[in-house]
Amino acid sequence: MIHRIEIAVRRGLTDARGEHAARRIRDFLQVPVEGVRTRDVYHLEADLTDEEVAAVVRELSDPVLQIGARDRIEDGSFDAAVHVAFKPGVADPVGKSALVAIEDMLGRKLGGEAAVYSSVVYLIDGVTPKQAGEIAHGLLANSVIQTIVVRSHEEWEASPPDLSVPKVAGGPVPEVRPCDLSGSDEELERLSREGLLALSLDEMRAIRDHFAAESVYNPRRRELGLGPMPTDVELECLAQTWSEHCKHKIFNAVIDYREGDGSAERIDSLFASYIQRVTREIDREIVERDGRSWLVSVFHDNAGVIAFDEEIHLVYKVETHNSPSALDPYGGAITGIVGVNRDPFGTGRGAQLLSNVWGYCFASPFFDGVLPKGLLHPKRVRDGVHRGVIDGGNQSGIPYGRGWEVFDRRYLGKPLVFCGTVGALPVTIDGTPGEDKAALPGDAVVMVGGRIGADGIHGATFSSAALDDASPAQAVQIGDPITQKMMFDFLLEARDLGLYNAITDNGAGGLSSSVGEMAEGPGGARLDLSAAPLKYAGLAPWEIFLSEAQERMTLAVPSERLDAFLELARRRQVEASVLGEFTDDGWLHVCHGAETVALLSMEFLHDGAPEMRLNARWSPPTFDEPVRRPTDHGRTLVELLGRLNLASNENKARHYDHEVKGLTVVKPWVGVDADVPAEATVLLARHGSLQGYVLSEGINPFASDLDTFAMAAGVVDEAIRRQLCAGAELDRIAALDNFCWPDPVQSAATPDGEYKLAQLVRACRGLYETCRSYGVPLISGKDSMKNDVVMSGVKISVPPTLLVSAIGRITDVRRALTLDFKRAGDRIYVLGSTGAHTGGSEYFRYLGERADLAPTDGGPAPFVGNRVPELDAERSLALYRSLSEAQRQGLVRSSSTPARGGLAAAVARSAMAGLAGAEIDLDRAPGAADLLTDELLFSESNGRFVVTVAASDVDAFERCVEGHSHARVGTVTEGARLTLARAGKAVVDVEIEELRASFKEGLAHA
Amino acid sequence: MPEGGENRPTAGDRARVRALVLTGLGLNCEVETAEAFRRVGATAELVPLLDLLDGHTERSLKDYSILAFAGGFAFGDHLGAGFVYANKIRWRLYDQLLDFIDRGGLALGICNGFQMMTRLGMLPGFDGDYRTPLATLAPNDRLGYWDDWVRLAADPRSPCVWTRGLDTLELPTRHGEGKFLTTGPEILERLETGHQIALRYVDAAGRATERWPANPNGSPGGVAGVCDPTGRLFGLMPHPDAFLYPFQHPLWFRQDESERASEGQGLSIFRNGVDAALESLNRSP
Repeated sequence: MIHRIEIAVRRGLTDARGEHAARRIRDFLQVPVEGVRTRDVYHLEADLTDEEVAAVVRELSDPVLQIGARDRIEDGSFDAAVHVAFKPGVADPVGKSALVAIEDMLGRKLGGEAAVYSSVVYLIDGVTPKQAGEIAHGLLANSVIQTIVVRSHEEWEASPPDLSVPKVAGGPVPEVRPCDLSGSDEELERLSREGLLALSLDEMRAIRDHFAAESVYNPRRRELGLGPMPTDVELECLAQTWSEHCKHKIFNAVIDYREGDGSAERIDSLFASYIQRVTREIDREIVERDGRSWLVSVFHDNAGVIAFDEEIHLVYKVETHNSPSALDPYGGAITGIVGVNRDPFGTGRGAQLLSNVWGYCFASPFFDGVLPKGLLHPKRVRDGVHRGVIDGGNQSGIPYGRGWEVFDRRYLGKPLVFCGTVGALPVTIDGTPGEDKAALPGDAVVMVGGRIGADGIHGATFSSAALDDASPAQAVQIGDPITQKMMFDFLLEARDLGLYNAITDNGAGGLSSSVGEMAEGPGGARLDLSAAPLKYAGLAPWEIFLSEAQERMTLAVPSERLDAFLELARRRQVEASVLGEFTDDGWLHVCHGAETVALLSMEFLHDGAPEMRLNARWSPPTFDEPVRRPTDHGRTLVELLGRLNLASNENKARHYDHEVKGLTVVKPWVGVDADVPAEATVLLARHGSLQGYVLSEGINPFASDLDTFAMAAGVVDEAIRRQLCAGAELDRIAALDNFCWPDPVQSAATPDGEYKLAQLVRACRGLYETCRSYGVPLISGKDSMKNDVVMSGVKISVPPTLLVSAIGRITDVRRALTLDFKRAGDRIYVLGSTGAHTGGSEYFRYLGERADLAPTDGGPAPFVGNRVPELDAERSLALYRSLSEAQRQGLVRSSSTPARGGLAAAVARSAMAGLAGAEIDLDRAPGAADLLTDELLFSESNGRFVVTVAASDVDAFERCVEGHSHARVGTVTEGARLTLARAGKAVVDVEIEELRASFKEGLAHA
Repeated sequence: MPEGGENRPTAGDRARVRALVLTGLGLNCEVETAEAFRRVGATAELVPLLDLLDGHTERSLKDYSILAFAGGFAFGDHLGAGFVYANKIRWRLYDQLLDFIDRGGLALGICNGFQMMTRLGMLPGFDGDYRTPLATLAPNDRLGYWDDWVRLAADPRSPCVWTRGLDTLELPTRHGEGKFLTTGPEILERLETGHQIALRYVDAAGRATERWPANPNGSPGGVAGVCDPTGRLFGLMPHPDAFLYPFQHPLWFRQDESERASEGQGLSIFRNGVDAALESLNRSP
């Protein structure tokens, strides 16, 4: 029996959600609605008496704020009603919580079939039904995951209350099918394409040949009732395990790299040759120098682990969740953040989560061009992504440490959504090193957390066209932070009691990947998929095996502790199911009940994929050097600070919690009014210690248009400079690399694949060289290689984007530094030399926009320039050491680093944060003599700092930096103006308030 | 604030005060809340609410002088902040809770905890009625969660034991539902006359304010924290548990050594509560 309940805010009180919706409708869609009221609707599927339903209505409504009614609240007039409900199979955490509340109130369980479905009705005034439909589809709901019903007032009144619920109509279990691979090459390619397998022809052939041989030489297959063809479970499992997402085929490919017409240089795996190599070399160096390394566990677990103090290690991982966020920004992003939480949690035997980082690449929220059909407007994408990560992080009780946004037109097709998490892993858990994990033969395979649905099947390859209304919303997962939080609370208890041997996350590939990976150690596993708890009946075995339903971990539990483990799970109301056991027979043996549905050799599963061979060809691009007209540099600075890539996003960022856990020290926003972004943030890792960790990052996709080698060098340098600004120890900084690339494999769809692959090779080299010089190991990373979309025949590819996330250590957080000018009279220094590095600069893009040049299709914004910032790492490192020494002696009062917007923007940030003026003689700055004034102000050379020093400390400071590029350029003033002069004449002379106003305005209405 | 006047108890005395910090089901500030009680000398214990409800622990509310409802997102705040969690207590633990209040126990609710105490009717607790909800924490006027520091002024005439001797303090607020609304204007008036509004948001000049951002949610009269008429039960939206260390103040890095405090101001609230609990322990040994 289905009961419908409506809850609404009492007349006369503010319906904040309704008012917010009205504001967004006016703002996003320019529809002048008069007002919006909202109602929560709960459809209750349970056997209840009328009295019980009446009690539920009373109980669910807040007596102060709300009124509730059965069926409908009769509440006056409106022009249109929009009812937004979830599609069948989409996670509904609110409905789940409502069921708990109702059962608590009734004092009894309602039985397995009982469910609550939550939905929302928007009652809109001042619109036509047609407009209401546009509002519903354009703003209030996402048809990928939600159903939308629009009714005029008359239709609403005339129709009975809607009692339908989005229940998945579960059928019988579909049979396991054999897959016939005996056809032609074309046939194999078609099978891969239509089955969304994303396997290449070489890979399909390898699978075909393997099974042909198996059927001859492996009698076990026959004994278990398997035919000569692979089953759908086997084929899907191989496709998943061998996918680019899981196997990183491009990073492991054999690449022939050429510069121009030069001879080829062979690179056997970018990952081994650059990423892994630099870390190994640095690790060896640390051991030689200090006797032991602070790299605890790198490359083989879900996240990198570094030593921190005598009690805990730090664990750090950054991921992307780009494609899901393009389709469903809110759901994709919340899944991104709660998903990456599981990586540190599934590292070693489990890390407590400390902080999150987020960063997004979007097209302009003010985009007013023609939007290719099938894409969401970037303003909506941005809004949804922020809300998703806000809800995911806040509800999980994890503060954010870093948050940033980069805007470029080429992120219109795929936004990049980076989410990362830092965790604390105990040095010792139950008497053994916390990073050690090993499933042993005989250990139970236990799945913990949420149930399995069809969510996220073929997550890596889905497209919206694959969805249809009758089937569960397959491709989209929506993270549920509360289910995950309860699971984490339980698992931390189990961890400390020593109840399991190994743990890993169920992410991409679901069980096939988590069990497949964990079984590598013991050498096999036997599973019964029919033991897995399902959200609804009717899933095929291969779907159960591959589902990416969220909030699940897989564990290896020794048999003698299994009862204790399951009992604790029951007490914590967390579902835990024994699915099988780990073995040492070399096989991944998967059953569904009595039937064997897959028998895969561990060797073929993990090493059977044929190697990829690719070509890369580099030829340096050249652009027209922009012609610059003399301009008012003060005006330029003011306007630069208001541009998307420099402006404040505080009105979004403050919706994210940055102080929960009570461990935050240097917060994301600093200065007198706490409204300028910190160069880096500082957090404690635990209570009762003064040692902290420092978070920063570098990202500059604009430099990729010129040379990705220089780009990579620059972003490493930027991340390190930011670390130093906060006072991190130079010798204890580790970094993570996240590559988001356009498809670099040459094909008809990607005619410039060889160039894009060369860009990837050069980025890896830049990363290697710079990390090597600085002694910064890469402890974890991820690549996402297909960030292109083709919509209505238009191809949009992201610019090659590398995010370097750094994590450092500061022994006493009280000695941390912030960028704001502190006292009038303090002396201002510029460290490091400025060059004419205007290529890819924000200044050039600003000039290009002012020149009103249209961007070329799919290309960079006009005015790229040519002179990309380069890095002299050796010289920079020496300078950084001297700065560290000055900081150690307590001689530095503030520290900022010029990056986007150049020297002028760095000085401006310190002034805006300190609400202080400054007088600066630019001619003194290192490198000034050779530069035009705009180059000096705005070029984005690496290796520079702007620091302030108390007048009394000038001599001591100068002794520290002697022999390194530095100059005293001016003084912090009481005044309200920023004055930068050349040859005795002010070239910039602006009010601090004017800078602040522009900085705060740029994204205020985005 | 330093350790306090000469007549204040020592940390050793305070260890006799046992504080229960409930955990689980989406709460997430339990660690820093327990840390705060420990930093002022009390003995703090973390106990999952489910263990208390299911009898899986030897502990009961009887064993404690202080009951702390920490901040968080119990059940995701689905159906309203603190709603589902409070419901569990209402239907499954209320007799124990009323007995705890009756025996002179103290309670502190921070953020989500304040929302729960209000939802349960523990606050405002007129005439010994701790069951009837008369108020709520409604969505902020500016929709959505917001993290920023605020300035607060304590009512010097309030019976609230947790804010004794406090004048103004600064704390972070982090919530989406913090606007204190009552079933009628008479409730607010009665809270005013009884000095039960122990903490208010104030502007730079120290005046109670309803204006954003000094008041993050639009609470009428700047209501930020409310106590019951005995002053022993206290709930507040801002987070004293996130200002345990002096260097967490946003301006700390701009201060000279001489200006710097020796501890985070949030601790003073916990110390006050622990001292009040100790007084009642001393009265009835």
